[in-house]
Amino acid sequence: MTDVMSTAHLRRVGETILRIENLVVEYPSRAGRVRAVSDVSLDIVAGETVAVVGESGCGKSTLAKAILRLIPSVSGRVMLNGTDLTSLTGEALRCARPNMQMIFQDSISSLDPHLRVRELVEQPLKVWGRGTDEERRAKVDELLRSVNLDPEVVGDRKPTEFSGGQCQRISIARALSIEPQVLVCDEPVSSLDVSIQAQILNIIQAMKKRYGLSILFISHDLAVVRAISDRVYVMYMGKVCEVSTPQRLTSTPAHHYTHALVSAVPIPDPTVGRRRAVLEGEPPSPMSPPSGCRFRTRCPAATEKCAAEEPQLREVAPDQFVACHHPRV
Amino acid sequence: MTELFAVEDLKVQFSTPRGQLNAVRGITLSVRAGECLGIVGESGSGKTVLWRSAMGLLRGRKVTRTGSARLEGRELLTLTPKEVRQYWGTHIAMVFQDPMTALNPVRRIGSQFVEALIKRKGMHKDEAMARTIELLRLVRMAEPELLVRKYPAQLSGGMRQRVMIAMAIACEPKVLLADEPTTALDVTVQAQVLELLSDLREKLGMAMVIVTHDLGIVAGHTDRIAVLYAGEVVEMASTPDLFANTKMPYTEALLKSIPRIDATSADLMEVIDGAPPDPVAETVGCFFAPRCKYATDKCRHEHPELVDDGAGHFYRCFYPLGKQS
Repeated sequence: MTDVMSTAHLRRVGETILRIENLVVEYPSRAGRVRAVSDVSLDIVAGETVAVVGESGCGKSTLAKAILRLIPSVSGRVMLNGTDLTSLTGEALRCARPNMQMIFQDSISSLDPHLRVRELVEQPLKVWGRGTDEERRAKVDELLRSVNLDPEVVGDRKPTEFSGGQCQRISIARALSIEPQVLVCDEPVSSLDVSIQAQILNIIQAMKKRYGLSILFISHDLAVVRAISDRVYVMYMGKVCEVSTPQRLTSTPAHHYTHALVSAVPIPDPTVGRRRAVLEGEPPSPMSPPSGCRFRTRCPAATEKCAAEEPQLREVAPDQFVACHHPRV
Repeated sequence: MTELFAVEDLKVQFSTPRGQLNAVRGITLSVRAGECLGIVGESGSGKTVLWRSAMGLLRGRKVTRTGSARLEGRELLTLTPKEVRQYWGTHIAMVFQDPMTALNPVRRIGSQFVEALIKRKGMHKDEAMARTIELLRLVRMAEPELLVRKYPAQLSGGMRQRVMIAMAIACEPKVLLADEPTTALDVTVQAQVLELLSDLREKLGMAMVIVTHDLGIVAGHTDRIAVLYAGEVVEMASTPDLFANTKMPYTEALLKSIPRIDATSADLMEVIDGAPPDPVAETVGCFFAPRCKYATDKCRHEHPELVDDGAGHFYRCFYPLGKQS
């Protein structure tokens, strides 16, 4: 029963390129095992950008890493093109990896400081033995140009000579060199200036069109997510609490946590007035999550039912799914 | 209103192997008592160098500072490091972007507070500890009695930033400088911290300066805003006026590049192409001209002065927005 309920928001199997079912990830700790991702299901249709938002510690980065099989999961499935990645090991898993690539928050430290830009972007092609030397060189030039970098100027320089925004563009070129189907972006713009953020977001959008990518976009900023995604998952303490389109989520959030996230985003307009922070305090310890609904300790609408019974995702409006006993819509 | 803290024609240069780097190129600004001023600019605009050099945190053989920085009429730039130190904490205090590196990782929270209070305020140890707990309560920390026994690494980013704020207000400064106070934080915690800063300012009657790259953050929390570009003030006005009546094309471009949660359509964000001018090279004309969509030949050859529109709205542009010509 629970299984059926927690996947109510998934689309039909045939339509999706990536489908995550009931994924559970745990970390060992001194006080026992911490469940960082708890029964998360998510799917991406080809050419779609799906975003996962939540505060730090909600498990969104862990989810991304587990999907890429960078860390092991306890249970659940990660289906890419119908193949369950969790069942693969060794060479079979390695051969599946080019289909999914990742860019990280800290772009400067995610690039090898000893390699030149050209080598960085070429490296994945070399590892996979794609093309001849000339073909690879042409491909690298094309990739660098597509992220608005001039290969003649930047090709022989090293990452330390570049700003955070430029390094993020190099990372994007590198990740796309082996033509993945899915690009996972983990907070790609959160350490950048607002003016540079827009540049990177627009490049990600352009790349998506140009290479027909599907994107999983991890962020804590709903305003950024709203600008680029087709579907948004809101996570709180390892669980999905709401799934909908970005427009619907920001205009009529159903979960009280989503509402708090929306209210927290600053609006660059003093006439809108100062919004009070809706959310007090910080999430409770993941070592001992609250019983029932995990958000109830900070929720303005919590009742006894919330402590007793864990809410499951259900459809409250067309294409809006929420895990809440007392939704706002 | 009296001017509490003022910098006048402040210039800061760094000696680098490539030559003199102009980080701040003649900035005049002031903070009045009880006011909240926002300083907005991209990385490299000089916003951090401005305050650090004015406070005397940034000095040495390779730093040249000219102009003046006055705190209640007293010149700070000519003071020795020992003299300027007298003003830190009690007159002017700073909250840094990265609370993890600003706190001592191997000492308990309580002992870091107590040290400051004993040195600055001449308190007794017990008295200082009581005051510490009171301060932590003021920044809305739960269970301050337990918190003082903890180490910085045991706290979350938002909690550490609140500890930093409590420490900054420990000696009741007249001006609080917050340098990117929320950049390392989540949006929800960011909202909490900004609100806390505003409440404290009202409660303690401090003046405050928020330095940030995000116009969205200062919109709801400041009285006046100065926009910096390439080490200069390019626009300065009261907060409502700056947003309603933007005159500088750079400010307009910055505003348009912010993703808005209240956007009505999913339009692409506008991007400011190019990069700020090289701070080492000699630049002629308006510094923003190469990236400005309205730039003319005049902009490329003459450097505009900061002018007043008569109502306290300053801008540095030959062709301010909103004027037909």
